[in-house]
Amino acid sequence: MISARILHKGAAEGEVLALAAPLSFWGAFDPRNGVIIDIHHPQRGQCISGKVLMMRETRGSGTAPGGMAEAIRLGTAPAAIILIRPDINLAIGAMVAQQLYGRSCPVLSVNTEDYETLAVASTLAIAPDGRITPPPRAVPRG
Amino acid sequence: MSVTLDDRDRGRLEGAEGPALELAMRLVLAAADILEARSLIPISFAHIDACFYAGEAHVDFAQYLLDHDARLAVPAWTNNGVVSLADPEIRPEAGDPQMVKGARRLMQLYEKLGCRPVWTCAPYQLPGGPKFGEHIVAGESNAVSFYNSVIGARTNKYGDYLDVACALIGKAPYAGLHLVEARRGDILIRTTGIAADWKSENIFYHLLGHHVGRLAGQAIPVIDGLPPQDTTDGLKALSAAAAASGGIELWHATGVTPEAATNEHAFQGGTPTRILDLTPDDLARARRDLTSARDGPLDMVALGTPHFSLTEFARLMPLIAGRKAKPGLAFYVSTSRYVRDEAASRGWIADLEKFGAIVIADTCTYYSPAVRNCRGRIMTNAAKWAYYAPGMLGVEVCFGSLAECVESAVRGETWRDPRLWTNGLA
Repeated sequence: MISARILHKGAAEGEVLALAAPLSFWGAFDPRNGVIIDIHHPQRGQCISGKVLMMRETRGSGTAPGGMAEAIRLGTAPAAIILIRPDINLAIGAMVAQQLYGRSCPVLSVNTEDYETLAVASTLAIAPDGRITPPPRAVPRG
Repeated sequence: MSVTLDDRDRGRLEGAEGPALELAMRLVLAAADILEARSLIPISFAHIDACFYAGEAHVDFAQYLLDHDARLAVPAWTNNGVVSLADPEIRPEAGDPQMVKGARRLMQLYEKLGCRPVWTCAPYQLPGGPKFGEHIVAGESNAVSFYNSVIGARTNKYGDYLDVACALIGKAPYAGLHLVEARRGDILIRTTGIAADWKSENIFYHLLGHHVGRLAGQAIPVIDGLPPQDTTDGLKALSAAAAASGGIELWHATGVTPEAATNEHAFQGGTPTRILDLTPDDLARARRDLTSARDGPLDMVALGTPHFSLTEFARLMPLIAGRKAKPGLAFYVSTSRYVRDEAASRGWIADLEKFGAIVIADTCTYYSPAVRNCRGRIMTNAAKWAYYAPGMLGVEVCFGSLAECVESAVRGETWRDPRLWTNGLA
């Protein structure tokens, strides 16, 4: 179990998509389908929708809160986002979308060591108090 | 939450002033928490970027604020729109109905919210803006850079929604560039290796800005050796180019910008972490970086990123006098309504139309497809335009001076000024 810093609170569960490079939330993916379209991104073509999206940091853009809120509105956003470097824009976009559409996309940050541990998991569950664990069914029985 | 709140802010957080102010308060506090601010600082002005359409969520946010009777606490001026309200024919609805309708509606909502509809990325070219030492909120990258560096007003780069939230509350998190100590210079860039006549050319500031943005990273650059400036056009170019290529939010120029009377002042008594010497090679590299096309026949010339100033119009007018752009070549100048009206009252817009130019207000040519004929090989004198347009519009760019842009427009193909490029910079 890892305890994360909560940038925007919420519960979520999903398959992990760990990004090899920072992704901008404005212009780097198509909010209509969640697919990464930035030609410079190594994971171009992958879909971020419903994933526990992990990236060390995001790429800054003042319009990123709009990209985040629009993806949440259209149902194409990740299930949750886990960062190392806290980001205001993603948190603000998630808060606005929560207020407008009643849908949550928690945004969390963790330290580098915890990030490395989480990034190799196949699925993760996030609790409203910021605890991150493998979902119950994925825990090996012994 | 570690931020100290006064009674009114605590009330807002509990909904005493309605759900819109409650949301705004929560957004400002979330940002303060991430920035590890201990308090909020009153602001005097906001330049709003959330009026730039980025999907229907933007419209829903503005509508939510209006539906709950939100009122701005400080004067708030609007950044460029995706479309022009002044010149709707620039981008007809038929091209992309949802976006054009949404963008127009969003702009109208921010007018209803009480924003001053200036629709410009260069609000500092209008009278009545913030002054030295004022705490403000801005999001447009060139405006953040210019206000911090040239005016000496203090702002961080605020993203969409947070800019509006701060304007509703009238406060911002007291962190980052609002703090004096965070404004201290980090690296010293000496320019003694560049000839004085080069430093009097406007294009020098575009190239310098692009270069400084590339090398400074998170550091605050101090540029030593710039001459006194007759206008703010060179400093605008430097602000915009450094913000585009490197996200620079604050820079100083010794003897030129207000927080850098001397190098000691700029470094707040400390010493630079690095000292670099600008070379002609650096400028030549910047010029190559900003040029993706070979010289050749041109489809368009784009001036005015950031928005053209009155003094830039004054510089352009003698260059176009008695001449005509080649038929079929599109020649666009982007500016604000205010500056366009001022230029029109001097007869300049009519003269530019005779030359074959189209002067557009409220928006910018690099938002695809803001204008017709935005394709092929395009020449610009703006480093910011040259930096973004190949990605945003899929066009090829020739970067050059203002005089080169005009002469090239007349000839219909790229023309290079031998006076500029035969001194080792080619």
